[in-house]
Amino acid sequence: MSRHDAGAPEPAARDQWLGETARKPRRRRVVLADTTKSRGKAMRTLIELEEQTSVGEKLVRDLIKQQLRSAFGLGGLVLLGLCGLPLLFYLVPSLADIHVLNIHLPWLVLGLAPFPILYAVGWVYRRQAERHERDFVNMVDR
Amino acid sequence: MNATAWSLAGIGAVALVTFLLGYVGSRKANTTPDFLVARRAIPATRNAAAISGEYLSAASFLGVAGLVLKDGIDALWYPIGFTAGYLALLLFVAAPLRRSGAYTLPDFAEARLGSPNLRHFCTFFVVCIGVLYLVPQLQSAGLTLTTITGLPSWIGAFAVTVIVVVNVLGGGMRAITLVQAFQYWGKLFAIAAPTFVLFVVFLASPSQGTQPLNDHGVMRFPKAELVEIKERPVRLQVPEAMNLRAEGTIDDRPAHGSVYWGKGLYEIGPNTKLWFQAGNPVPVVDGSPTTNDGWMRPQSGGIWNLFETYSLIFATFLGTMGLPHVLVRFYTNPDGKAARRTALHVLYLLGLFYIFPTVLGVLSRLYLPRLLVNGKTDAAVLMLPNAMVPNLAGQILGAIVAAGAFAAFLSTSSGLVVSVAGVVSTDIMPGKVRDFRWATVFTGAAAIGLALLLPRSDASLTVAMSFALAASTFCPLLVLGIWWRGLTWIGAVCGMLVGGGMVISAQVLSVVSSYTGRWAPSIFTQPALITVPTAFLTMIIISKASRRRRPQDVNQILLRLHAPDPLGFIRDRDIARFGTAEEKARLADTKRSGTARSL
Repeated sequence: MSRHDAGAPEPAARDQWLGETARKPRRRRVVLADTTKSRGKAMRTLIELEEQTSVGEKLVRDLIKQQLRSAFGLGGLVLLGLCGLPLLFYLVPSLADIHVLNIHLPWLVLGLAPFPILYAVGWVYRRQAERHERDFVNMVDR
Repeated sequence: MNATAWSLAGIGAVALVTFLLGYVGSRKANTTPDFLVARRAIPATRNAAAISGEYLSAASFLGVAGLVLKDGIDALWYPIGFTAGYLALLLFVAAPLRRSGAYTLPDFAEARLGSPNLRHFCTFFVVCIGVLYLVPQLQSAGLTLTTITGLPSWIGAFAVTVIVVVNVLGGGMRAITLVQAFQYWGKLFAIAAPTFVLFVVFLASPSQGTQPLNDHGVMRFPKAELVEIKERPVRLQVPEAMNLRAEGTIDDRPAHGSVYWGKGLYEIGPNTKLWFQAGNPVPVVDGSPTTNDGWMRPQSGGIWNLFETYSLIFATFLGTMGLPHVLVRFYTNPDGKAARRTALHVLYLLGLFYIFPTVLGVLSRLYLPRLLVNGKTDAAVLMLPNAMVPNLAGQILGAIVAAGAFAAFLSTSSGLVVSVAGVVSTDIMPGKVRDFRWATVFTGAAAIGLALLLPRSDASLTVAMSFALAASTFCPLLVLGIWWRGLTWIGAVCGMLVGGGMVISAQVLSVVSSYTGRWAPSIFTQPALITVPTAFLTMIIISKASRRRRPQDVNQILLRLHAPDPLGFIRDRDIARFGTAEEKARLADTKRSGTARSL
């Protein structure tokens, strides 16, 4: 403690000493939700998650199911698309005779097209997965 | 200055930069977590470049163009599968795997299923896949150096091993991250620049005396050409009768002077020289299309060909997530979200790269038909610049390509050595930094030994085999382990045994059949379509049968794998085992100050 504030009394003692009526109107911080209370609730949910009470387990199960559904949906879509191509080329050989920009169509379909599509699917999945996680955090943190 | 000198200069520059970056990266590496997972502090963009740099191996840099030259459009499934594998990794594995806090693949297996037996079992397969992947890298390094300079092939393999081992000894994962990230951009430049230039050359003078690709008939030599068959015998398909001059052995009989070949198959012995005349049909290595029409059209090889394509899609789509050297890079991310971002970045970095080898493969079909005869199609990318632009510019382009190829061997090999050494040092040895260094030396020695012993085959094929192995062992373990509560360690071991055993025996059978008359159908060279579902099914059935062995804490573990990062459930297992870097530093400091005081 520096020499300067050595003489000042402790704030709590000072309040007591001033009394209720003498206190000047002071700036007060008003918060919409009571933070201490909600933190307690978040802690409780976290503990529920860790200790795997039925509530916690249900929450995690739902999250996993959600994530798995988007992963399987998108993965299945891509696998189906990829596996459909060889069969299509096998069954309809005349596709190879179509020219686009003087290049055979199958070369374009296999040589260029898959890469942006794969990236787009990955991008969609990342967005979905992060949204599920954000929802989960919001629910726990509410 | 001739082509050889230019290329050697390019390779030397890559080696030098690799050393320097490795030195810069390894200055601060001193703890086990540094060596294993680079303290888990690599930002997503750099990590993605490092992963792509590591992943674009000899198989991608040289092999894809070679396969396009040989097999045509059906070879395009390789780059598609190599890229799509990262999508599967992003969808099913990336974030939960990072959140598990494991530092190697066997460590993840033990964390999830709580069985040391399973851990040892995984160690075995990691070493198998790692070495299987390392061998073609070193062999291709030998091929590259031989193609450029004519030096014996062991020198190239040896040089790569030494550079990699020295770098990894210095700083493990921490040292190689920067190196690999740099090498991705190096490789992209080394393949993009020549592709642009050569494509412009091609557009400026499309014919140059070559046979146009849309000629549906048999491929013919545009000019007289001498083809030499060196160490390995080849089996050639001759599409049309022709006369040529030969010196050496054909069908086990000595041949000197003029030879007549009818339509059919011929076995050419080693050290044979063949002189073709302009207009002669190009004999093609057995199993590849002989006409441009068959090369140009997808799925022209009938139902077996279709089956092979599906098998390849399965192996690459699901195999990438089981490759230990890829996974180990995902452990270096700070958290699960970053792991996902990294995988997404990799998707675009790879897509950007894979456009170029395809173009080079198509161009080399025009200018390098002789590679179809001696079967060294992997050398196409290296030889194309000189074949198309036979002057100084071509030599410089050739040097750039050679440097890029060398960067490919270095980055992939260093990633493999780090991942195998990490597993060996923490599972077989106590896991101190010194053990990691010894494991690095052992791994390097084993790989170079095998690379010199085993016969060389196409880089992409050998690599596809390790993808099949990874897809039938680690892929089911990871996917079921992350998403299914019911997995038990017994189920995991059985599934991996069945899947891995099937792939290995299929490979052994196909090697045996290649020496005894090629009786094995193509399913043996690419068995993933059967082995992967079998492995999954075995794991599920045995796990259901051994339900009692389900780990008690499975719910907590799944929570840890899937809980979003802000909730703070991640516990890093390497820190639990080896301590944090700060603790280590404090310990070292007190020791140092203690000794200073006593002095």
